[in-house]
Amino acid sequence: MADEKTASDVRNVDELVKGLWRDNPVFIAVLGLCPALAVTNSLENALVMGLATTFVLVGSSTLVSLLRKGIPKQVRISIYIIIIASFVTTVDFLLAAFAPTAHKAMGAFIALIVVNCLILGRQEAFASKHSVVPAMADAAGMSGGFTLALAMIGAVREILGSGTLLGFSLFGESFEPWVIMILPPGGFLTLGLLLVIFAWVKKRFEERQPGGLGATEPAAAKGGVA
Amino acid sequence: MSAKEPTSVRLVASLGAAGLVSGLLLVGVHLFTRPYIERNRAEFLEKAIYQVLPGTSETATLAVSGGALRPWDGQPGPELLYTGRRDDGTFAGFAVVGEGNGFQDTIQLIYGFDPERRVITGMTVLESRETPGLGDKIIVDEDFLENFEALAVEPAIVLVKNGTKTRDNEVDGITGATISSEAVVAILNRSSEHWLPLIDATPDDTTPVTDADGGGR
Repeated sequence: MADEKTASDVRNVDELVKGLWRDNPVFIAVLGLCPALAVTNSLENALVMGLATTFVLVGSSTLVSLLRKGIPKQVRISIYIIIIASFVTTVDFLLAAFAPTAHKAMGAFIALIVVNCLILGRQEAFASKHSVVPAMADAAGMSGGFTLALAMIGAVREILGSGTLLGFSLFGESFEPWVIMILPPGGFLTLGLLLVIFAWVKKRFEERQPGGLGATEPAAAKGGVA
Repeated sequence: MSAKEPTSVRLVASLGAAGLVSGLLLVGVHLFTRPYIERNRAEFLEKAIYQVLPGTSETATLAVSGGALRPWDGQPGPELLYTGRRDDGTFAGFAVVGEGNGFQDTIQLIYGFDPERRVITGMTVLESRETPGLGDKIIVDEDFLENFEALAVEPAIVLVKNGTKTRDNEVDGITGATISSEAVVAILNRSSEHWLPLIDATPDDTTPVTDADGGGR
């Protein structure tokens, strides 16, 4: 495993920050779209989903990184899934016990975190090849980026679709909500527009700083994740 | 490729160990959270009963046994309904859970019934997956919910176009949520048809006794 050697050189801070912007799982890697579209009809739901995913991703990455030498590679995917599913079920029970309203609003989507390809992707592409600290930094950064993306989609959809933000009315009685924004098509429209904005900002940023951030980074961590 | 491949015993053992540890962890989490989850469920139901039987301060559970309503002995199985009693000890009515098909999935609701005035005293949706922003108005639309504050159930409840309610057994529908409004009315009709004979067959004096029994549990 050649990656072992480079692991110590990896800047942990960079692993943390890259998920927020440069490798943002939703806006750049376009991963985890099922929850990003399904439960972002309000900012609150988006935040709950983001935090639940954070718990699962940080927990799984830490454990996979700790156990990486003991897991035979022929059965690694099955073991990753067992680990991820355990964290997902735990967070499902905890939400039902301590945040019943939020749990109800999520419906089946908490259980479906298991199949969020962002999580399995980070295990395969990063946590299984790096030591604990960078693995945790990577997981925290990626989930931070995921939560941020969901919150942006959720805020746009809630403001336009319900005229509220976190349940507080913004525009008063005269505002007629754009119902389509909290329906499934609104999720696609919002995501599409945010992808365009992200891509545009990224392009402007790279044009202004030729050979800056993006250019020097190896495309290592991206791995063949579908 | 490394020189030696792990044996299949090792592979099976790794998977077995992962499954075992995961299973034990989940049993632990389940045991830890179960009391909280059950308490949440009971609180949620209790709150709904208070809402559909205005003025209620104490509730009791009845079960169907032998074609009549008796205090529930806590055993799972029989159909349940709830009674409410006000602060001054007077009987507030029955709270009944009903369910049926909505626009997308089953709608489960609870309504209060006053056997003396023969009216529904309130309705609230417990569970539904109606379209957000349209069908889910059956949960939040205050004008719609007002329909159920004194709704006669005999003859059967009729859904009418929004703003045209004139009789006691009519419900003003919600524009844009016709199917969901129809579903609510259908559930109420079906459920009251089923429960009214049972409620009427229960002798008047059992209800207060029942409440005294139920309250102590």
